[in-house]
Amino acid sequence: MGVRKAITGAEAAAEAMRQINPDVVVAYPITPQTPIVEQFAKYVADGIVDTEMVPVESEHSAMSATVGAEAAGARAMSATSSQGLALMWEIVAATPGLRLPIVMPLVNRTISAPLNIHCDHSDVMGVTTVGWIQIFSENAQEVYENLLLAIRVAEDTRVQLPAMVNQDGFITSHAVEPVEIFDDAAVRTFVGVRPLDRGLLDLQHVRTIGAMVLPDYLLEVKRAQEEAMMHVFEVYAEAGKELSAITGHQYPFFETYRTEDADAVIVVLNSAAGTAKVAVDAMRALGKKVGLLKPILFRPFPYAEVRDALKDVPVVGVLDRSMDFGAYAPVYTEIRNVLFELDRRPTTQSYIYGLGGRDIMATEIESVFEELLSGKLDPEHQRYIGLRG
Amino acid sequence: MSERKTWQELELGVELPAATSLGYKTGGWRVLRPVWNASECIHCMICVNYCPDMAIPVTKSEEGVAGKGGRLFKGVVRLETNLDYCKGCGICAHECPTKCLSMIREEEAEQASCKL
Amino acid sequence: MKEVYEVRMHGRAGQGAKSGSQLLAEAAFREGKYIQSFPEYGSERRGAPTVSYTKIAEKVLRSHEPIVNPDVVLVLDFGIMRSIAVAAGLPDTGILIVNTKVCSAEIKKLAQFNGTLYGVDATGISLELLGMDTPNVPMLGALVKLTGVVKMESLEIVLREHFLPKIGEEKVQKNISMLRKGYEEVFK
Repeated sequence: MGVRKAITGAEAAAEAMRQINPDVVVAYPITPQTPIVEQFAKYVADGIVDTEMVPVESEHSAMSATVGAEAAGARAMSATSSQGLALMWEIVAATPGLRLPIVMPLVNRTISAPLNIHCDHSDVMGVTTVGWIQIFSENAQEVYENLLLAIRVAEDTRVQLPAMVNQDGFITSHAVEPVEIFDDAAVRTFVGVRPLDRGLLDLQHVRTIGAMVLPDYLLEVKRAQEEAMMHVFEVYAEAGKELSAITGHQYPFFETYRTEDADAVIVVLNSAAGTAKVAVDAMRALGKKVGLLKPILFRPFPYAEVRDALKDVPVVGVLDRSMDFGAYAPVYTEIRNVLFELDRRPTTQSYIYGLGGRDIMATEIESVFEELLSGKLDPEHQRYIGLRG
Repeated sequence: MSERKTWQELELGVELPAATSLGYKTGGWRVLRPVWNASECIHCMICVNYCPDMAIPVTKSEEGVAGKGGRLFKGVVRLETNLDYCKGCGICAHECPTKCLSMIREEEAEQASCKL
Repeated sequence: MKEVYEVRMHGRAGQGAKSGSQLLAEAAFREGKYIQSFPEYGSERRGAPTVSYTKIAEKVLRSHEPIVNPDVVLVLDFGIMRSIAVAAGLPDTGILIVNTKVCSAEIKKLAQFNGTLYGVDATGISLELLGMDTPNVPMLGALVKLTGVVKMESLEIVLREHFLPKIGEEKVQKNISMLRKGYEEVFK
């Protein structure tokens, strides 16, 4: 048993970072990520952690310095949101190829323009192709535990890839909820020290990191990177089992909620999954057989496992909190891909919701379920929840 | 903000007409209201310059206005605070060298003027 | 008590609607309840209208929806009622508490509420005891008197926990006095 505290999602991330006690944290403030770094800076100032904290002048520098520290052999972290992620994109994209297991909380906020500080997933969905492990969190408790898990997965010598742990801006990051913080000593044993087989400061094994690679080698480098990504599944499962021993919680690749015998299932990420559970309960109380599938590990994407979970469901609705203009929305695309291998495929429907912090209500999700059950669907055209006009 | 538009009615890239802050009256934010005692004012313009909302209008007076000690102040003089924009921050009253500005509770001010 | 007890606070940025709803949530949390507290963020300027939510329940709160059918509404600035329908979704059996000196007919008209309206001079109490306008604490005192949703003692403890490192013992004492005065001086 841990200690229950009433804290925000941002503070939950800072609590995880306190227990991880990274060697280096480099960050630049951006709403709604700011309270993570603010809280962590207090831990540094109060001497609660040993971290070298480096305030920099931009996110580009933040990720650059984090990369430098990680390359030198340190356990380094940063945190950002939206435009901050956009500004550090160049270095974010370089990190997986350098095989540096940086772990970074990302507080999801819409990408400008129009300027808007509120939640959607357009920031993270812009970086899902560059090779970071992507983990999503429904609430503050999951933020905390996913960060601990991410450290172990990212740093495992079979993986050595960076990981982002996502939470919804404001909805999770600024909402106070009860969070169970587990024993410092147990958590610190779990996260351990970074297993290091190389490092710039290792003078016995002098090496170059970030060398130029020409056409004769780049394909092989990327193939090796893909191999590492495929190892994430086994490492995630192993580390999850170890973390379970401390927390008593399970760490599946995705969560299913009342999907057994379901006539319709909704797929949705992050905080809206919590609201969707309330909608599922309300529909079930009326005798309507509906359920929820909440992806947690989004990169790598567990295609086979999700397919198995959805194979007997007649209708699947996918709720995306971001768009891919002129193409199917990101989560919808994955679910369509998942289902292709089946002989008898479920009907699907894509929905866009919650952009720029637009509220999503349980009653709206119930209406989506009603629509899915009615069969009046158009799988090739996305629908919009709460759109005027 | 009036009726919200549909997506079909939006202007390209959400372009808005310029100078919209004139139409955005922030006086409703006020909890405290500045009261100006003109007979103690020396028209030094300190309040005018400190006001973060430019809510204290000025004018040029050739004939002059009566201020502290019955003295006539000519040239640039201040007028009553524009309560459409004054947010009630109280900086004017804090900075006033003659203490001719004081902050009173908005609720009392409105009761006095029978608005409530 | 219904399954989820919901309190909505309307105010202006700087009046403490956010910390007020957080204090209330933490007091309930101390008493073993499940809680959620979150503000709705606008443009984050002191003086701009804000709204903040507190949910209190016996079981885990999964939904992240804003509160549309509150049990109680607190209005930290009466002037806000001119632009915002503070009583929206509040049933006639609900409780509306306004920061005001008198529950005049005009105030009632502004509130657009058919149920019982309560007043507390939270700004007056705060100006008198602290010398600045932070009406959230006296409003919480009034809330406890009318609903008993948490114990005064719990609020006093979380108030001290929160504010002692920031403002020191003397101001914490003043805030506790403000809380108690709000409790005592709420009127119909």
